[in-house]
Amino acid sequence: MPTEPRLPEIERGTEVFAVDPLTIRTHFEVDYQHSYKQDTPFFHGLAKGKLLGSHCPKCSYKFATPRVHCMYCGGPTQWFELPTEGRVHSWTVCYFAAQEFLKEVPFTLVLVEFKGVDTLFLSRLVGVERRDIKIGMKAKARFRRKATWTVRDVYFVRAET
Amino acid sequence: MRPVYVIAGGITKFAKANPAKDFRLMVKEAFDSALADLGGKLTPAEIDGSVISYFSDHFTRQLKAGAMVQDFVGLCPKPHVRIEGGGATGGLCFQQAWESIASGRYEVVAAMGFETMSQVETAKGNEFIALASDTDYDFPVGGYYNGYYAMMVVRHMHEFGTTEEQFARIAVKNHNNACHNPYAQERLALTLEDVMRSEYIAWPLKRHDICVMSDGAAVCLLASEKAAEKFCRNPIRISGIGAGSDCMRFADRPHGQVPLLPHEKKSDYKHLKYPGVHSFRAGRVAAMGAYKMAGIENPVEDLDVIELHDAYSSSELQTYEDLGLCKYGEGGRFIDQGQSTLQGKLPVNPSGGLLACGHPVGATGLMQAATLFWQLQRTIPKHFGNDKLQVKNARRGLIHSHAGTGTYVTVTILEKP
Ligand SMILES: [Zn+2]
Repeated sequence: MPTEPRLPEIERGTEVFAVDPLTIRTHFEVDYQHSYKQDTPFFHGLAKGKLLGSHCPKCSYKFATPRVHCMYCGGPTQWFELPTEGRVHSWTVCYFAAQEFLKEVPFTLVLVEFKGVDTLFLSRLVGVERRDIKIGMKAKARFRRKATWTVRDVYFVRAET
Repeated sequence: MRPVYVIAGGITKFAKANPAKDFRLMVKEAFDSALADLGGKLTPAEIDGSVISYFSDHFTRQLKAGAMVQDFVGLCPKPHVRIEGGGATGGLCFQQAWESIASGRYEVVAAMGFETMSQVETAKGNEFIALASDTDYDFPVGGYYNGYYAMMVVRHMHEFGTTEEQFARIAVKNHNNACHNPYAQERLALTLEDVMRSEYIAWPLKRHDICVMSDGAAVCLLASEKAAEKFCRNPIRISGIGAGSDCMRFADRPHGQVPLLPHEKKSDYKHLKYPGVHSFRAGRVAAMGAYKMAGIENPVEDLDVIELHDAYSSSELQTYEDLGLCKYGEGGRFIDQGQSTLQGKLPVNPSGGLLACGHPVGATGLMQAATLFWQLQRTIPKHFGNDKLQVKNARRGLIHSHAGTGTYVTVTILEKP
């Protein structure tokens, strides 16, 4: 007698959170081949211990976070090296975070302003207690010795005054 | 453009989790409750199309979820489109629905929104939302919205001397309002001390200064004048539409001049660099557009009630200024004086706002629209089962929808004809 065709049984069960309404665990994960494309020089810069911004030759506008075209005239910008010292424009200490950064709490986020530069740069401030952080305090850029090729390769510490 | 009316609204009760109902069923409930409000005079057959709003495909774990809503509520094969713009998704959806009637394309349209955020743990939910910030420059730093808004209000405190107590007062106001709103998720009679003592999430924002994740749906039905007369006994007219945008990265925003409302002078802001990170320029631009269209010259005098996007108590305070309810820098004083309380000159968020109602992103702007619609119809007692939150003699109101750090903002004016 020919046997009836059948699907093989599974070897591992499914994780069930609740029976009614039936709630199961499903998993989703993906690896991207993410290119920084036209912003690549910024990330190369971090690995060399340089913070690069964008300068519009036509408007003389300086962007601390880079963009290859000017937001105001639309023309192409040029790369320029930002000062490694700036001031805290605003800040917060995070006691909770997105899942990826939960293990790092508490941590300090800062917006850094640079003299003569029109926009700000978001980064971490390391090694300063909450009660000691003040808007306007000097902070200097530090770079990781081993590049991660992300914006996390730069962070800030208190600069001597 | 021809006149457009809201003829019905429906909301599900917002909840931390609604595991027994998927997004289609929640929308269907809101949709049916809107139809029921018209006493069965309007059936899906008379709806020409829909605009569907939901924010995150990550939460839904389903692409093209709008198509599933459309068939579930029985609107196939009519046209529909999905609108997405972060936290402003619902407000943008409402304005898109308005456009479809104003242009003459449709006679009746359904604006339907939802979000099901309970699909993941809160930290993962925060991560999904944080992916709506620049994923090359902002998110990898450890950026997420509680942190961004904290930095924005820290700068506001620096510029204007705003205090933690001042925005905590807004959290108290909104939570206490919500005690009388049966649709609200967090009905807590909080005191100032409760808010001030709740734990810091991102300094200076505390647990009760921040809205909660939510599952929910909301629907508004909009119609032309002819259709409104046919289907609804007390329609409410949409008299002003405005919208604005700002740079995705708040670090990129200029430090320039304030775009002035009719009741402001250049000399009011001699030394203010605007918007920087302390104010929402998109909100100001949206207000200017809506006020111009509705003929509003002084919003505090000309408006009776506001439902605005208070994902953070601090952003409600900042939004008072963007909307011109007070000058920039006076938001703290505006709440200190109780101007925005139920008994104040211009009640803001009588529903309890996002802080207490919850913020199921795609539904939020439509929940605000439905609530304001009921305020102006004076049917809050019928829908809420009590008259505590009905703003007396409300004739003209404003709804405000806002996306992360103020990247998109919509302002819409509704008024009793
Ligand atoms: Zn330029």
